[in-house]
Amino acid sequence: MSVRHALLALLSEGPKYGLQLREEFEARTGEVWPLNVGQVYTTLQRLERDGLVESEGADEGPQKAYLITESGAAELADWLRTPPDLSAPPRDELVMKVLVAIRLPGTDVYEVIQSHRRYLVQLMQQWTRIKEGGDEGDLNLALAVDAELFRLDSVARWLDAVDARLKRATADGHFQPAKGPLPKQRRRIGVRG
Amino acid sequence: MSMLELRQVSKVFGQGAAQVHALDRVTLSVDEGAMVAVMGPSGSGKSTLLTIAGSLEEPTTGEVLVRGAPLSRMSRNEKARLRRRTIGYVFQDYNLLPGLTAAENVSLPLELDGLPSRKARAAGLAVLEELGLDERAERYPDELSGGERQRVAIARAVVGERRLLLADEPSGALDSGNAEAVMRLVHEACRNGGMAAVVVTHDAQLASWADRVVFLRDGRVADQTAPAAGPESLLTRGRSQ
Repeated sequence: MSVRHALLALLSEGPKYGLQLREEFEARTGEVWPLNVGQVYTTLQRLERDGLVESEGADEGPQKAYLITESGAAELADWLRTPPDLSAPPRDELVMKVLVAIRLPGTDVYEVIQSHRRYLVQLMQQWTRIKEGGDEGDLNLALAVDAELFRLDSVARWLDAVDARLKRATADGHFQPAKGPLPKQRRRIGVRG
Repeated sequence: MSMLELRQVSKVFGQGAAQVHALDRVTLSVDEGAMVAVMGPSGSGKSTLLTIAGSLEEPTTGEVLVRGAPLSRMSRNEKARLRRRTIGYVFQDYNLLPGLTAAENVSLPLELDGLPSRKARAAGLAVLEELGLDERAERYPDELSGGERQRVAIARAVVGERRLLLADEPSGALDSGNAEAVMRLVHEACRNGGMAAVVVTHDAQLASWADRVVFLRDGRVADQTAPAAGPESLLTRGRSQ
């Protein structure tokens, strides 16, 4: 989430104070993304340095109001239309864990998969409760929660796909599920000098 | 109070070497007002669990109790009455009767149970109104959208004094907006109407409407979710700044 551009978007509605920007940011994102006030002021300083906003009023602090400049508005329009870089797959910790579990002796990979699946579904239950309890007119909240639900769901579906693929691979003889007790650990013996 | 209870329920299909354990000592209890989702890969026994819970099929061993009453001690007639009065079923393909209007479909189980048709119709219309379908009451199923058909099927499953709702992939063929509406209705029927529901689904987003999610694997209950933490922990105001 680009705080920089979110602030520009809020300022395109008119001049605002720092604290006001923080409150509005949180309200618009359905309070899903917290933002501390220090982050707001640092970002505003950088925006001012880059000529994307101007300030007016008292020297520093809460009495200072910010306005978007023309180049700020152009920057915002440009950002909206530029797709974020999704080309490089992120180094996903969950993917790593499953890949390791497949090869690790004494590890039931299905149990590993299930513990992650349970966690994902529990998180999704929490998000769904938010959606359920939320005001139907609160579009920002609904959209932000949907985004989170779809993201978690895609991970859960990937786990289902892993499950199914491992089963097929087992049936075809390409994969041998490692079960049973761990092989005896070799004890580290003190190194003598 | 437990509306539905499965005690060590097993179901075996076939014989000898061709034996398949569709369910293997499944124990599950669903309280009044609770919505439970059952997830699992295909072939894990989800649908078998549902048909056995709904007395549409008998377990090989184990016991099913509805409102504390064991199905095994019920006569055929008693079971039929239970299916007509207490249990509502929802399936993926709606199963509405094509020659009847939405209102007639919904009031049908009450009429079959001997309620005078005027009373049955009034009860059916009341449920349709609750689900926002009153304007569709006189339409035939093929005049309704998929989402509307499934909402009519849910109306039929909750009409009258029904206490237990059993649904098998109820939103399988619906788009995400309609699927969500269906799950919302089931959840409200439990929370506000005091029904108990068991919903079989492979979709985690839909399962997340349930109070508890049970995971089946090879006919066994492999795992279930812990009671969900409050949503506050995910929101800004719940976090320490």
